[in-house]
Amino acid sequence: MIKDNDKTDILEDANRLRYEMGPNFHEHVVESIYADAAEITGRSVLQQNQPGKFNFDRVIDKIVTGKITGIPIMFLMLAIVFWLTVAGANVPSAMIASVLVDTLHPVLREFGQGVGLPWWLNGVIFDGAYLAAAWVVSVMLPPMAIFFPLFTLLEDFGYLPRVAFNLDGLFRKAGAHGKQALTMSMGFGCNAAGIISARIIDSPRERLIAIITNNFSLCNGRWPTQILISTIFIGSLVPAHLAGIVSAAAVVGITLLGISFMFIVSFVLSKTILKGEASAFSLELPPYRPPQILQTLYTSLIDRTLFVLWRAVVFAVPAGIVIYSSANFHIGDLSIAEHFIHWANPFGLLLGLNGIILLAYIIAIPANEIVVPTILMLTTLMVKSLGLGSGAGIMFELDSVADTAMILHAGGWTTLTGINLMLFSLLHNPCSTTIYTIYKETGSVKWTVIATFLPILMGFLICYLVASLWGIL
Amino acid sequence: METIDKSACADCPINTPINLKRLGSVEAKYDCLIALAGNPNTGKSTVFNRLTGLKQHTGNWPGKTVSRAEGGFALNDRKFRIVDLPGTYSLLSTSTDEEIARDFILFGQPDVTLIVVDATRLERNLNLVLQILEITDRAVLCLNLIDEAERHGITIDTRSLSRDLGIPVVPAAAREGRGISELLKSIEEVIEGKFICKPHRIKNLLPEIEAAILGLSNKIENLYPGISNARWIAMRLLEGDQKMIDAIKNGGIVEIIGRNMSNNGQAKIDKG
Repeated sequence: MIKDNDKTDILEDANRLRYEMGPNFHEHVVESIYADAAEITGRSVLQQNQPGKFNFDRVIDKIVTGKITGIPIMFLMLAIVFWLTVAGANVPSAMIASVLVDTLHPVLREFGQGVGLPWWLNGVIFDGAYLAAAWVVSVMLPPMAIFFPLFTLLEDFGYLPRVAFNLDGLFRKAGAHGKQALTMSMGFGCNAAGIISARIIDSPRERLIAIITNNFSLCNGRWPTQILISTIFIGSLVPAHLAGIVSAAAVVGITLLGISFMFIVSFVLSKTILKGEASAFSLELPPYRPPQILQTLYTSLIDRTLFVLWRAVVFAVPAGIVIYSSANFHIGDLSIAEHFIHWANPFGLLLGLNGIILLAYIIAIPANEIVVPTILMLTTLMVKSLGLGSGAGIMFELDSVADTAMILHAGGWTTLTGINLMLFSLLHNPCSTTIYTIYKETGSVKWTVIATFLPILMGFLICYLVASLWGIL
Repeated sequence: METIDKSACADCPINTPINLKRLGSVEAKYDCLIALAGNPNTGKSTVFNRLTGLKQHTGNWPGKTVSRAEGGFALNDRKFRIVDLPGTYSLLSTSTDEEIARDFILFGQPDVTLIVVDATRLERNLNLVLQILEITDRAVLCLNLIDEAERHGITIDTRSLSRDLGIPVVPAAAREGRGISELLKSIEEVIEGKFICKPHRIKNLLPEIEAAILGLSNKIENLYPGISNARWIAMRLLEGDQKMIDAIKNGGIVEIIGRNMSNNGQAKIDKG
């Protein structure tokens, strides 16, 4: 039997010895370990000196982490990844849409009518729930299936730690953790994934900053909105041969604006409610390794793409039902959507937006991808004279940018509406998947509420300022 | 049955065939528990995937494994559970990662700790290895990324290294599946007591520190006869580790001894 006073004896002994040895015990032990490690290595490792051998890693590192070249190369890499994503996703997106939306949807509707479903139930199921899910799959799947593997290849190659290395100084100045560079980059794919990856940050304070500011990384769901609106409203301001470059530059501008907001908000948070010093960390720059391409494709498709897609579909189905119901069920003479739009319009116009956009952002909260289809549906609902689309009250997207532009102009959109929609798309509440993820990761209602409402309040403020300035000019 | 043996030894008659069955995710019952430890970015997750058939995400940056992954595999009628610990450079600090790894190796009572090191950065990696060997005396060293080391003109005398560390050392290139079956054989040998580990204990200590550790660890050994990591416990107490102080106070330490008593015999069966 072990007696308690024996235990106390040992603990007291330890305390006394600790006092005698002074504060350097830890350092001495670590030094001894280092000395042992060096001895053992010396006995068993034979390093052939190969003078003048070309050091691949060091040469790349000199360029990609260089003072002058580092940051531009980083933006160039991100731009290439985004360009490949956007350009490559168009064709498969259109193909999936033509199957799920153009072909299957009418078949399903007829089937519903054939088995004698009442019009409203048929509408809720096929025009609402099914169509929302179909849109999310066709719009989200191709870009994610391109973006995530590309991103993972860069990761496997060893580039991501270099990004963190390049941005570390900036993050430190903002009072945040250097590894936030990694979570920020993940956010460009999907904010929910970016927020989960914030687990790599040890300090709870810095982890919260990374989680709250992740929404400032434009996610996959928002890239299409940015590109479409920029093409219609910014590209049209300049001669046709410049339109492509100018609208692309506008999107990059919004992205950079998002990154600046991320730094500013991180800084403000670290000086106010999340006060503290940036903690030091060591980040080993790993050697460059040739990525395992097949393995990467498999894991990024299964673990990331399908996982994120499934969650989006789960959230999009109920949203589709709400969207359909709001546009098709009437109170008095007007549909629920029209009531809301009339009510919200003055406020929307004050922000340089309109009631339709506000309503679209509320009912499309499950996924940013369905914002544009919802806006188009609501606009045709409001501007009935157009006679476009598959009829009022059903989400749709148009094949040509010109048709979309015509609807939006008919809906009273101006350049200001376009610019502010781009700003609002950057600065609004995270999608419901992300909000749920924030809650799961932080376990706190308070931080979830802050992370949700901070960006949308900023969005209101910025849009209001831009609209006011626009009015003055 | 799926075998993953790709090495040249697979066809060699001396090599007993390895009957590895990847079980994927965790099964409730297992015979042996393996802790997978090592520095960040040495390929622990790759080894883990090789053994379990799971597809834990791997990536070329330190700190990627954010949650503890567990998986299982069966080898010659023995079921294993393997726990992929977060990569750490040491076990001495207070960071969450290191605490998780340290506590698991000490209190989780793994039957074998599989330490994965980067062969191109052996000296730095050994710092962690030496700390782990203070805690546990049943470990196997996986000298991973040996292909990269060869490319860089580094030759490692594994027998000398094994002698110095007192544990089996297996060169491997987990990405290509090289060395995995040898690794499994070594794990089996340690579990069956065919290879009796004589783990390296930290030398080169200042005389007064050595004396303090020795004095304290003798007392611990007297109090808990048969304990094998008294030195580590003494060192933790001298650092003022609150968890260790509590473990002594509330008797949690007795469990660790229970595991150490049966140390060189057969592994316990049906732990789950």
